[in-house]
Amino acid sequence: MTAIPVFKGFGLGLRPPHFNEFLERGDLVDFVEVISENFMVPGGRPLHVLDRVRERYPVAMHGVSMSIGSADGVKIDYLRRLKALADRVDPLWVSDHLCWTGVDGFNSHDLLPMPYTEEAMDLVCANIARAQDVLERPLMMENASTYLTFADDQMTEWEFISEMCRRTGCYLLLDVNNIYVSGTNHGFDPDTYLAGIPVDCVRQMHLAGHSQGRDLLIDTHDEPVPDPVWALYKKACERFGSLATMIERDDNIPPLADLLAELDVARQKAGDWTRAA
Amino acid sequence: MSLLDTQRGFRDHILAGVDAPLRGASERGLAVYRHAYRAQLIANLRDTYEKTWAWLGDNAFDSAARHHVETHAPESWTLSEYGGDFVQTLRTLHPDDPEIADLAWLDWSLRRAFEGPNADAVKPEALAQVDWDNAVLIFVPTLVMGKVVTNSAAIWGALAEEKTPPAAERLASPASVRIWRSDLTPKYRTIESFEQRALILAMAGSSFADLCSLLVEDGDTDRAAQNVGTALASWLQDGLISAVRGRQA
Repeated sequence: MTAIPVFKGFGLGLRPPHFNEFLERGDLVDFVEVISENFMVPGGRPLHVLDRVRERYPVAMHGVSMSIGSADGVKIDYLRRLKALADRVDPLWVSDHLCWTGVDGFNSHDLLPMPYTEEAMDLVCANIARAQDVLERPLMMENASTYLTFADDQMTEWEFISEMCRRTGCYLLLDVNNIYVSGTNHGFDPDTYLAGIPVDCVRQMHLAGHSQGRDLLIDTHDEPVPDPVWALYKKACERFGSLATMIERDDNIPPLADLLAELDVARQKAGDWTRAA
Repeated sequence: MSLLDTQRGFRDHILAGVDAPLRGASERGLAVYRHAYRAQLIANLRDTYEKTWAWLGDNAFDSAARHHVETHAPESWTLSEYGGDFVQTLRTLHPDDPEIADLAWLDWSLRRAFEGPNADAVKPEALAQVDWDNAVLIFVPTLVMGKVVTNSAAIWGALAEEKTPPAAERLASPASVRIWRSDLTPKYRTIESFEQRALILAMAGSSFADLCSLLVEDGDTDRAAQNVGTALASWLQDGLISAVRGRQA
């Protein structure tokens, strides 16, 4: 299984309101990220657009349905469909989330939290190994935002992720906003989190906005990146270097020009570390 | 508690709420997941059933969607497969307003056609050498047919063009509608009963010659052949036919 090489660039998600602009121009971003499941369809306009965009941009595939933490295993039919899309796209990498989405045939279509236990570690690592075998490529896993922890947790999230990467050879998509959201919700220090992640396993970073819920911060992807997340991103660049960075915006989607301007801010924040690298 | 037991308990809690408490997890966190599950599915139904939503308005649509979500848990890994049975839910909830379920069927079927399998339509000029006595028509894989009992097609069309839709009316008799995708665009057309019967036979594999004989009415073979020819011209023009093959011996 080949390694995922470092790719330094700044990208955006391919979302329907911006399809035409990405089809018309090939110089807007360094790469685009697609939600894999949106294109795991038999045919029609979604795949037509993806094929045209792929002619112009490197594409990262980012999934939400692998359910790598499901106690009843990853689904082979899903993995085969995902591999077919990856074979078609030849992506920079294939990523999903450290979470589970369902069990026993039920699918919540939400990124549900994992208990950080030895049993969960064994299960997740076995599922990642199976997925990487089917996909014939290393996976990249993202830390999800979480809204609760489990009483029987045996390690921190960053300890879990670090060991998971070590055992499986998978890589990490570090979502900086998710660290901030989960840190605020659970009372851990984001700086400690960053310091606990091995430098070599990170290949991409996500930035996004969030919202204040009644009791907790919610990862809503419907606001610009806020100052505390920018500050944490700068610290992440200091530790990991300038890596592929993408701004997620999935609701209240603004004109593409606004997101490109926000991406320029990311370039500026990462600039010092790009030059250092 | 094992991981499997924890996840089953979490699932039960999402579905049943406080009736299925989950030990060792905070209520304020669980509330976020309970809400997110329902909000995501309702948003998905709004997206899939966009014209039905526009026709019903936010309150009535969301009420039906909430009912559906509480009674239909998703099973597929893809959200695009969620909600096919929402048509039946709407039919049950609105028995006196049949245009609602009709609109929902149009929404669902057009969405399926939108992302259905690709197939190029044959060009009429490519049929010059066809042996029509043995010709079997192969249709594009997105083609489906259904029946509506109201003027829902006109309502759907008006909503799609952001025009004021006509008042709902029940038809004198149910009408057939065919739905397919031409190139990248989902389309629908209300068809006469003769074309509907011809299409059922043709999609089942009847040869063109068999269509002409099976659809004879009152012994008028010339009229049947003429009507089948008219239907064929319409199918070709609309891009419904992906291939013409000889009948297997």
